[in-house]
Formats: sequence, C-alpha cells, structure tokens
Amino acid sequence: MKEENYIINQNLPENITSVVSTTIIKPRTSLASFDFREIWRYRELFYLLVWRDLKVRYKQTFLGVLWAVLQPALTAAIFTIVFSRIAKYEPSDVPYWLFALSGFTFWTFISSSVTFASNSLIHHKELVTKVFFPRIIVPASAVGAYFSDLLLTLVILFAGILISGIALTFKVLFVPLFLLFLLILTVSVSLLLAALMVRFRDVKFITPFFLQVWLFISPVFYPSVWLPEKWRYVFALNPVTGCLNGFRYVLFGTPFDVINLLISVAVTVVLFVGALIIFRRMEDDFADLL
Amino acid sequence: MEIIKVENLSKKYVLNRKKANNTLRDIFTNFFRPAGKSVKNERILWALRDINFSVGEGETVGLVGNNGAGKSTLLKILSQIIKPTGGEAVLHGRVGSLLEVGTGFHQELSGRENIFLNGAVLGMKRTEIEKKFDEIVAFSEIEKFLDTPVKFYSSGMYMRLAFAIAAHLEPEILMVDEVLAVGDLAFQRKCLNKMRDVSQHGRTVLFVSHNMQAITRLCSRAIWIENGEIKQDAPAKDVVSNYLNSQSETSSEKVWRSSPDAPGNEIARLRRVRVFDEKDNKDSAFDIRRPVFVEITYQVLQNEQILMPSFEIYNEESVCVFTSNDLDKTWRNKPRTKGIYTSTARIPANFLAEGNFFVSVSLATYEPLNVHFAERDAVAFLIIDSLDGDSARGDFGGQINGVVRPILDWETKFVE
Repeated sequence: MKEENYIINQNLPENITSVVSTTIIKPRTSLASFDFREIWRYRELFYLLVWRDLKVRYKQTFLGVLWAVLQPALTAAIFTIVFSRIAKYEPSDVPYWLFALSGFTFWTFISSSVTFASNSLIHHKELVTKVFFPRIIVPASAVGAYFSDLLLTLVILFAGILISGIALTFKVLFVPLFLLFLLILTVSVSLLLAALMVRFRDVKFITPFFLQVWLFISPVFYPSVWLPEKWRYVFALNPVTGCLNGFRYVLFGTPFDVINLLISVAVTVVLFVGALIIFRRMEDDFADLL
Repeated sequence: MEIIKVENLSKKYVLNRKKANNTLRDIFTNFFRPAGKSVKNERILWALRDINFSVGEGETVGLVGNNGAGKSTLLKILSQIIKPTGGEAVLHGRVGSLLEVGTGFHQELSGRENIFLNGAVLGMKRTEIEKKFDEIVAFSEIEKFLDTPVKFYSSGMYMRLAFAIAAHLEPEILMVDEVLAVGDLAFQRKCLNKMRDVSQHGRTVLFVSHNMQAITRLCSRAIWIENGEIKQDAPAKDVVSNYLNSQSETSSEKVWRSSPDAPGNEIARLRRVRVFDEKDNKDSAFDIRRPVFVEITYQVLQNEQILMPSFEIYNEESVCVFTSNDLDKTWRNKPRTKGIYTSTARIPANFLAEGNFFVSVSLATYEPLNVHFAERDAVAFLIIDSLDGDSARGDFGGQINGVVRPILDWETKFVE
C-alpha cells in the first residue's frame, strides 16, 4: 500500500485547493514495510482508544482508579510479609517493602498490559473487520491505557521513598529513560502476542503461564545478587533484569552492572524490531482470520 | 477522471485451512506427518475473480447480487480491510467506508463521547468532528440524550446517531454496504436523501443494497456480481431488471406451448401473457413516465362464445391495485368464432407507483358464470422512477408512499 500526496485543483464548491491522496491496493508482498506516516495520521484514534479504555475500565467499580495503585501495592505487601518477616531478608539499605514496590510498579504494568493487549485484536474484532486503520493502534492503545496506571503508581513509589528517608540524587533524572525502556519492552511483547493470538488461540492459555515464569526469572521481588555469579549474564538476556536494575540504581543507588544493562537493551531492540516485522507481516490477514 | 480503477482484482480463500492449521496442535501434527502425505481436504474458493471496472468522478454505482456473491468482499478490499490475492485497485481521494453502522460504539460511553470515538474510527479529525458536531446531533435527533450512555438508547436512536456520524464523513469516495436494511421507514428515507446529496456534490459512491428500488433511484449505473465475477455492468435500470428476472420464476412474459399444460378448459385456453412498453422492451423494467401494455393471448376452442378477458395488478404487499375488464366494443357481448385472440390493455404513464407488480389474468363468461381460466401472478414487472424531476416524485429522492403515483394538476394562487 502506497500513499502519495499531491496538490490538484478540484472543482469543489468553494473552489479551494485540496490535497488528494491516491491509494494503491495490491496483493501482499513479502517485503512489506511499516508506513509510519499512516500511523501518525491515525494518532487521534490512538488517543481516543486510550481515553475510552481508561474511562470504561474503572466504571461501576467502588474503589475506581485506586485499583491502579492497589494491585502493585498489595502484591508488594504480600511479598514483604513473606520475605522480610519470615525469611528475615533485607537485600540492601533499602527497606524490602520499597524494593518490592519498585519491582511490582514495573511488573504490574508489564503483566496487565500484556494480558490486555494480547486479547485486544480479538476483543476489537468488529473494528478490525469493518474499518480500515493501522492495526498496530489496537494493541498499542491497550498498552497506552495502562501507562497512566503506571504513572499513578510511580507517585506512590516516590511518596514511599520520601517516607523512608532515602535521599534522591541527580540520577533520578534518568527515570524517564527507564520508563521508555519499559514501554518499548512491553509494546514489543504485546504486539507479538496480539498478532499470534489472531492465528493461534492457544496464546490465550499460554500467556498467564508465560507471565508467571517470567516473573520468577526476573528480579522483581528478589535482587539480582541472589542469582549465581556465572549465570548473571544469561539472566540479563531477560530485558526486565537490566531495566529494573537500572531503574533501582537511579532511585536507590543499588548495585548495577553496565554490561548487564547493555545486554538487556540489545535484546529489547531485537525484540522490538522483530515484533514490528512479525506484526506487519501478519496484519494483512487479521480481517480474514478473525 | 477515473476515481476508482480496478484491474483483475481477485480474492482467493482456502477453505478448511482454519480447521487444519489454526492451533499449535495442528502445526505439530502436520510437522510430523510424512512428507507428501499432506492433507488434501483443502477447497479453494474464489470470492472474487478477475474483476475489472472503473468509476468516474461523481458517479454513483450500485452493486447487486445474491448473498455471498462477492459484493462485500469487493468493498472490503477497496476499503483496505482485507488484501486481494491478485490484481490491483487505484483510488483517488479520501475513502470513507460504511460497512456497518455504529462500528466502535461503546455501550458505556455517552452519545457525545461516541460521536468523537466513532468519528475517529471512521477517519475524521477531531477538528472536523467539532465543526460538524451540531449538525450531527441535529440529524440524529438525540439532543436530549446526548449525555446518556448509549446502552440506554433505543435501537432506533442508536441507529440514527450512528448514521448521522457516518453521513457527515464527507469523503471523496463513499462506500456503503447495506446499512439501509435497518431502521424504520422515516429513517431510511432520511438516509437515502442524505446519500443523494452526497452523490450530487460530485462525490463518488459505491453502494451495496438488496433494495432494488434504492439502487435504481440513487444509482446511474449498476454492477451485478455473481459467484465472484462481474455478470453485467450497465445502466442501473437494465442491471436491476435482469437481476430481478433471474431471481424470480415470473418474468414479464409467459408462454404455454402445449395445450394440456395451459390453464383453461374445453372452451378456451391461455397461450401467452406479456407486459411490454412502446419500445417493445424485452426486459421487465419500465419507466414510470411511459405507458405499459398488458397483452393476453388465448385460444377459443368453441364457436358462439361470449368472453370477457380481464386482469388484476398486485403490488409487492399483495395489495390489489386495480382490476381491469376488456371493454372493447368489437367483441363485448358478441359471440366469437374459434381461433386465437390477443387482448391488450394500456396502463397509462405516470399511473402505477414504482416497485414490483404481479399480473393475474382471467377469461370468463358471465351468463351463466363460467371462469375458463384464472392464472394468478402469471407475469411480473418492475416500474422504475428515476430522479429526472419530470415524474410525480419531482425532486424528492426518498421513499414515497402510495400504490399509484399520478401526476395531478396543481394550481397555487397568491391569496394575500
């Protein structure tokens, strides 16, 4: 699909010059490229879908938007009870509850987004089969709708840091970089699962299991230093490791390894590009398969 | 200027693929299947095959055909929802397609919110929607319920709102699929008028409908698709009449060749019934502005018979529009000799309303009463009222009630 814009003078009643776009519809080719301009043109649809999901999600609930914060906070609380009271383990100068809260702030975003986004194309079957727009907007907006939950949880996390008296350094300015890292990572996994789900409904059953395993191999509720030294770089292949370690480093100054981070970044870039290519190659068939 | 150009467009579906390859289990079982022994239960279905046509600026083209013929597949390809298997289509201008009314509506959101959401889904910019917001609300007549979630709307309100948004899309190319099948008559009338406005503003319209009256009224040209191929591409009137002929058992002419099968008795038998116009049109669609003739041919088998041919015209709702008896003085109350007779009646121009009509013919002797034959729905024909302005409909493009549609003498005087 190619779009060319050129200016012609049309015989419109107002006799204005208008931009006429030409659309060429052709069979699918193996060398399909992403049309980023087209995605940009549909950005308003993305905003509206995010806004709609936000508006609808907490409707008719008693606690409303509080749920966005309660989920990671309660999970962190449970792990705090298990680890710091029973196992009597404190990983560093940082109180364990704060350590766990920082982990679950990121993890809740990943698991909620991936669960929601992987179902999104099927959920929006009506849209996909009846209207044309870049399909990537559907899973992307599903992730986008959880990003606001993440920002809200971050507010609680910073409040917790203030309460526990940890001094923030200038490094806190790097937090947005790690949020971007997290976002790209989550979008990649979401795109991949959403596209695969259209073809293989098995993904529905695999996703919860996959997320559970992923949580246990990620340093969400335990520190990376727990892991055996020789396996450290293997674990860094899991991008959550580098992302969370970096995030905690800029917040708390916990131990941090650059090679570890670089491995995670590299894996994420490969994942992102791969997800885009796979999504692009599968999206032409979505309307036929749904 | 060609706005839409379609060349050799094809769409192939491989059936049973869903069954054979849609779960991981199937992938694994297929993987371990010995090579060359792959499942051959695939069936290939050509939803569209080598479709060629082009549409000029400001043209309104109707797509007709049975369910599953490929009309909707064609619109879906041209709307970029699905990809073709072969061929190419080029479209000049912004495409707005309306394959379903109310796509993307969310039940929990209010009418106001859904206007913005649905507008964006259809490809409108926020500023555009804001500009047309009041117009959309006025068209949909839901002012009072603008801030009520649409889940509390009646289905009529829901449809009105949905169509109002789509109707204000104003693309250069509009594609509409059967959205008029829903809603009450007043709503349908409103929609048809709106679509007519759209096409009169120089926009190109592709229109799928099973409502043949709407096609003949709105479209100058129609394309008949059957089994994924174009069967006819011609003026709407011709295509619609051919299509309707192929659909119904009854056409505008019926001939009984052998006498035992023909309706009748030992006194008279029916031989042929046909409907035609001055041009002796072979198809069964006639212009409302020209007279139509009903001709009954029958064989009288005995001498000295007094006979009265007559026919009744029924409309689609099985309402008898009128009954007509042969009052021609030449044979009225006069005994006839054996032989073949034709009795022809002229239905004046601007008399019947548009739509399908069925003709029942009979032949009787009144004293004593003896009905020789009475053939119900012997032939059928279609009256077309196009939008040229010189028929009784004037410049109104919507649905007009009434079983007849005469042009009456009107006089308007200025009083004060």
